[in-house]
Amino acid sequence: MDPIHQFQITNIFTFGRIGGTELAFTNSAMFMLIALAIILALTLGATSARAIVPGRLQSIAEISYEFIAQTLRSTAGTEGMKFFPLVFSLFMFILVVNVIGLIPYAFTVTSHIIVTVALALLVFITVLVYGFWKNGLRFFKLFVPSGIPIYILPLVTFIEVLSFLSRPVSHSVRLFANMLAGHITLKVFAGFITMLGALGFVGWVGAVLPLGLTVALMALELLVAFLQAYVFAILTCIYLNDAIHPGH
Amino acid sequence: MADDTREGGERDQPAADEAALSARLQRLGERLGQRKAERPSDSEPGQRPTTDPSAIARGFRLSTELVAGVLVGAAIGWLIDRALGLSPWGMIVFLLLGFAAGVLNVMRAAGVIPGSNLDPPGSK
Repeated sequence: MDPIHQFQITNIFTFGRIGGTELAFTNSAMFMLIALAIILALTLGATSARAIVPGRLQSIAEISYEFIAQTLRSTAGTEGMKFFPLVFSLFMFILVVNVIGLIPYAFTVTSHIIVTVALALLVFITVLVYGFWKNGLRFFKLFVPSGIPIYILPLVTFIEVLSFLSRPVSHSVRLFANMLAGHITLKVFAGFITMLGALGFVGWVGAVLPLGLTVALMALELLVAFLQAYVFAILTCIYLNDAIHPGH
Repeated sequence: MADDTREGGERDQPAADEAALSARLQRLGERLGQRKAERPSDSEPGQRPTTDPSAIARGFRLSTELVAGVLVGAAIGWLIDRALGLSPWGMIVFLLLGFAAGVLNVMRAAGVIPGSNLDPPGSK
């Protein structure tokens, strides 16, 4: 009945310890591996036939490729295509992990902020490293908008830097908060059904309402699972575009 | 005699066919060219997918941008207060700056101001 219980991390087995910390294979790690297996099956297994007229699974793999490639090209230009593996991996991983999390009794990896922060920092550091490697000090032009009077330039630059620093925060919190809140809401509404059911016949009749809401929420969560993966991917593209073409 | 005329006829026929074919190909090429010229105007919104991938995705983007700016400002202010013992001035200044950064984030995400991250790649 506890709506938070579903986010609990449990050790499946321990394979060593560093200092006082034990290194354990957790349920989170297990679901990450399951997601990886599904993605591999989809991208490698489904395309191994290399049919000119694709079958169902091959179509899914091709559509997801085209979808991300088109998003990346239109956001970051053709130069951005060198980051295609990164964006595609992020999108597929988050999408599959989110959708798996919707299956009852499954664990939602992205409902833990440590996972989403790791993904967001990966993007953030990639942008920093590539931006400085490609543009050198011209990368700082990102923080200096052109056409600003000199007397407020320091203030505006400072605000731009803060805005830049807030990117990984909003990037990770958005995904984490949406998944966490969605799953708690689902659990709470599902909990109402059994609570009302305990009241007897009248309760069961009343429980139709939360049941309907749970079904509707499930559909909404499926949409959110896809949209969050998409938003994460498109923001990655936008940030990478800044690294490729800095300056205003 | 009969062979000659027939061969001549066969030779003329392909020539006439080819002329017709090349004329048709040219017309097709022109029409395709027109279509291609029209297409960019059709997909003009697609030029800025950051502003309208779909309204819901944009809504999700907006939801955390402001909060993130304020949070980062507060965190930096708190660290400065701790490190330099300026409490509460670091917090006050950086919270306000963070709020400004958050508003900037939101305006950029909504496409109100053309920010660095909303420029279509071809525009530079």
